[in-house]
Order: sequence, then structure tokens, then C-alpha cells
Amino acid sequence: MTVPAAAAVPDGRASARRGNWAAGKREHPLAGSSRTAGYFFVAIYVALLALLGIAPVVYAIYLALSNSGGFGSSFVNAFNDYRFLPAFEHILEFMGLWLVSQTILVVGLTLMLHNLAQRVGAVFRFLFYIPGALAGAASVIVWLFMLDPSASPFAFVLHWFGYAQFNNTIAPGNLPAIFAIMAFWTGAGGWIVVMYGALNNIPHELLESAQIDGANAFKTALFIKLPLIRKWVVYMLVLSFAGGTQLFVEPTVLGSAALGVGVSKYWSPNQLAWFVASQYDNFNEAAAISVVLLVLGLAIAAVLVWRGRLFEAE
Amino acid sequence: MALPRRHAIQVVALVILLFFTAFFFVPMIWLFLAPTKTDGQLLTQSPFAFGSFHTLAQTFHRVVTYSGHSVLTWLKNSAIYSFGGTALAVVAAIPAGYGLALTQFIGRRLLLSITLVVMIMPATALVLPLFLEINKLGLYGTIWSLILPFGFFPFGVYLAYIYFSSTIPRDLLAAARIDGAGEWAVFRYIALPLARPIVSLVGFFAFVASWNNFFLPFVMTYDSSQYPLQVGLQQLIGSTASFNPANFSAGSSIVVLHRPDLAMAVIVAIAPVLIVFLFAQRALVSGMLAGATKE
Repeated sequence: MTVPAAAAVPDGRASARRGNWAAGKREHPLAGSSRTAGYFFVAIYVALLALLGIAPVVYAIYLALSNSGGFGSSFVNAFNDYRFLPAFEHILEFMGLWLVSQTILVVGLTLMLHNLAQRVGAVFRFLFYIPGALAGAASVIVWLFMLDPSASPFAFVLHWFGYAQFNNTIAPGNLPAIFAIMAFWTGAGGWIVVMYGALNNIPHELLESAQIDGANAFKTALFIKLPLIRKWVVYMLVLSFAGGTQLFVEPTVLGSAALGVGVSKYWSPNQLAWFVASQYDNFNEAAAISVVLLVLGLAIAAVLVWRGRLFEAE
Repeated sequence: MALPRRHAIQVVALVILLFFTAFFFVPMIWLFLAPTKTDGQLLTQSPFAFGSFHTLAQTFHRVVTYSGHSVLTWLKNSAIYSFGGTALAVVAAIPAGYGLALTQFIGRRLLLSITLVVMIMPATALVLPLFLEINKLGLYGTIWSLILPFGFFPFGVYLAYIYFSSTIPRDLLAAARIDGAGEWAVFRYIALPLARPIVSLVGFFAFVASWNNFFLPFVMTYDSSQYPLQVGLQQLIGSTASFNPANFSAGSSIVVLHRPDLAMAVIVAIAPVLIVFLFAQRALVSGMLAGATKE
């Protein structure tokens, strides 16, 4: 957890100020710096972390637990809210569609691009990647247009499905798929670039020897490249799952294009939490819902950091 | 026999790639062509037809003058929140990354682990707790309710940490200390000048993240005069006739916008980030990879 006490052997400590670093250099690469300087450098960040990272979490837990109805009653209220389960069902459905299609398509497209000439592949990657600049409300508005059969360049596709008007397209049953398409459109390109970078790290000799052994492009992709990028696929999946649980922008912005149909104001859990906070001033229930979401996000992040060995924390 | 089959596979792969190229890129082309047409032309002309520069100018004028130049107010707000947040993020993250990488103090590993967890955790998970806290602190409705959270940027700290621990030779710092330089002087005159690439990278990321953020300003602002562009865009949807016809019953006072206007507003909103994306793709991607580089 903290710096092991052994690092502070008398020799290292005594020499710290004077900078007699040569003696202890090998064992203590950081010896030579003063003991207190570190606190000074991280001070602003630690203040922000405490105020904006830790305090809100603690306060939300406090609010969730300190309802006048008794210990834990906010959670009971939240779970019993008739909108609570449907909100989680909605995002589960959305994530099922999104995660499965994203995983298959990102891996498939990356493997295909990797078989192309370097330059051609770079052009495709760039075109796939550009929509990533349109996060937030902007990408949702672009898709409002794409889903509007009267103006969309994809109108012929919408007509195949029998959608003649915008409110046919955004029927409630279609929403999980629509949000999955939006998320894929903005996010997939970045992941393709990441996966492609990982594929480029595969030693050339390995691919060559596979070829000599008679593996065709398809087999090489399936049995050599895929296993080597599996780690990245897992990373993408876990991060996307964590992000997906937090869905808010897409249903909120789509909901403001009402057209008489409308998307419910509590379609996703985050929306529900905001709804009870802003409409009923029920901060306790809002805190309880956001704590549920926080625990989900924290658990996933903690598993990645401590079990995934993906990150460089020495 | 083998050759034709290989060709067939290649053709299939190419068809799939072209299909997805259309999927990813057609919406972008459409978006940039839409403001050159009138709403009527949008429905009758080919989606890829170019209207006219004259129409484009009219569309631009309508968007800019909408509701007492609201779009300019939102643009200004976006700039204040994003640049304020970015400045704070850089000022906090660069020394913190240095401290974590090149100095020793009790609690260093713990701080590093917490930073990683908060970095990976979706930032949106903190929005409602932040709203509750900011509300309690009485900062609701002030610019600090956005600048402070934007300035808290663990990802930037992590990027700086990776940079300092992998590129700055420790011997160099030690040599400076032998020469009598204090800790601050070592950072200021040796590490910082070498850290220019990471300062701009952290700045890029913090800026893009703040500029594109919707959820946090949506929750923290309550009046149109405080909105950043991302939130303002949502209000524009409400003023767009084809998406909300019910708002435009006879005699309604709401200014009517049309689809080309909305497309124009989206272009204005994404322009700064798009420019960053076009010119800094390599840097942005290397940063994405730096998030997980333990090969």
C-alpha cells in the first residue's frame, strides 16, 4: 500500500538531503528526493480528489442512509419504486445488444483492416474514428436526423423496416437498439485503432511462420491474432459495461425530440435518480440510486486495477 | 481451386468494410451538407447534394441570432468552463504526476491506486453525488460547479505519472540535487521543460472531456444563460419544428428552427473538438493506449 518502510534505511534517509544518491541508487531509485517534497507536488490534486472524488461519494452514502424513514429506508424506497426495475431492464437490454455487437464488429473489422495494405487500412481507420469527436448531445442529434425517414440518407433502410415517420422509428421497443447504434457509432472507431495498435505489436516472424505452416489469412486471424488481442477485448468489454450502466445523455436528448411519442424521463437509472432529485427534491432516494450505480462502477474499476494487471502501477 | 476462394473471401471482406465506412461516415457528410439546404430541399434533394453558399450563410445567420444570440452565449460559457477546467486540470495533474513518479512519500502507492480506480470508473457515476454535494456547499449555479469537477482529472495525473516515470532519467534529477537545487527548482527547471509534450496531451484530453460533457452541466445549470453548447443543443431540439410540432401551435412565441439550423448548431458545437481530432489523432490515440500499456 504505502512505500515500504525498508526503503527508509538509515543510509538512504541520511543522504536524502545532501543528495548522496550513488550509494543507495540501485535499491532505492527514488532516494535523494526529500521526504516532504512529494506532498507538496500532489497537494492540489489531492485536494481536488478529496473534495470532488471522495467527498461526494461519502456524502451520497450518508444521504442514502440518513433518511428520516430509518436506516436503509432510501434503498428500500428506491428498490420499491415502480420505475426502478424497468430502468435497469432497459439498460440491460441496451448493453446486451451493444456489447455483443461491438465486440464482434470491432474485432472483426480490426482483423479485416489488418489484412489490408498499411495505407489503405489507415484511411479506413481514420474514417471509422472521426465520429468519436461527436460525444454528448451532438451525436444524438446526428442520429435524430439519421432516424428520421423524411430526411435520412438511410431512409431506404428505415422504409424496409416499415418506418414511414420519425415516431415509428423511435417506438419504445426500438430504443435499446437505437442507443446501441449511437454508442457503437461514436465509440467503435477508437477501439478499432487501439486493437489495430495491439495487432501491430505481434512479431512479424510469428505471422510468417504461420503462413509457412500453411495457415491462410482466416486461420491466422482466428488462431494467432485473436488470442493475442484477447486481453484488449476483455478491457474494452469491461470498460464499456461500466460506461453503459451510466446511460443518460442519449435517452435525455432523444426525449427532448418528443413528437408526441417521447422517451420516458426515467428510462435509465441515472435518469431516474435525476428525476426524483429534480422533480420531487427527494435527494435521499436519488442518492440511493446513484450509490447503486457507483458501487457497480467502483467494483468493475477495482477488479480491473487489482486483478487485470493491465495498468502500470509499478 | 484455392485461388478463387481466396478472392471470394477478399471480396466479402471489402464489401463489409465499405458497408461500415458508409455507416460511420455518411452521417458526417450529411451533417456538413445539411446547412447548405433549406428544410424543403433537405426532403426533396439527394442527401448528398450540395445546396448553396447563400443558403449556408442564411442558416448560419438564423442560428447565431436565435433567441438573442443564445448560441454565442453558450459558446462563451463552453469556453469558460472548458478552459477553466483544463487549466486547473493541468496545474493539478502535472506536478501530481511528477510527485507520484519521482518523489517518495508515505501514501504514494495508495494515492496511485485510488487514482487508477477513479480514472477507470465512469465519470458519470460521480455526477449525481457531485450535484448533491455542490448543492449542499451552496455552489450550485456558479461557474465553480463545473470548473472544479472538470479540473479533477485523474486520467491526466495517470498520463503525467507514466510520462515522468518513463522518460525523465532519475540520474539527471539527482545530479541537479547534488548541485544544490531544491525540490521545487528541480521540478521547475529540469522536469517541467522536458514535460512539454505531456502538458499539451493532458490539456487536449481535459479540454475534449470538458467541452463534450453533457450530463454534468445539464445537472448543474438551471438557466439558458448558463448553458454550455452541449446543453444548449438540447434546447434547440425543442425549438426545431419537425421534432416538436406540438410546440408550434398557432400564435406560439417560440422561435421556429428547422433541421438545417439544428445541423449548423451541431457543427458549431463540435468544431473545436473536431479540429483537435483531425490534427492530433496520433497524440490522442497514443494517450488512449497509455491508459493500459503494460505489455
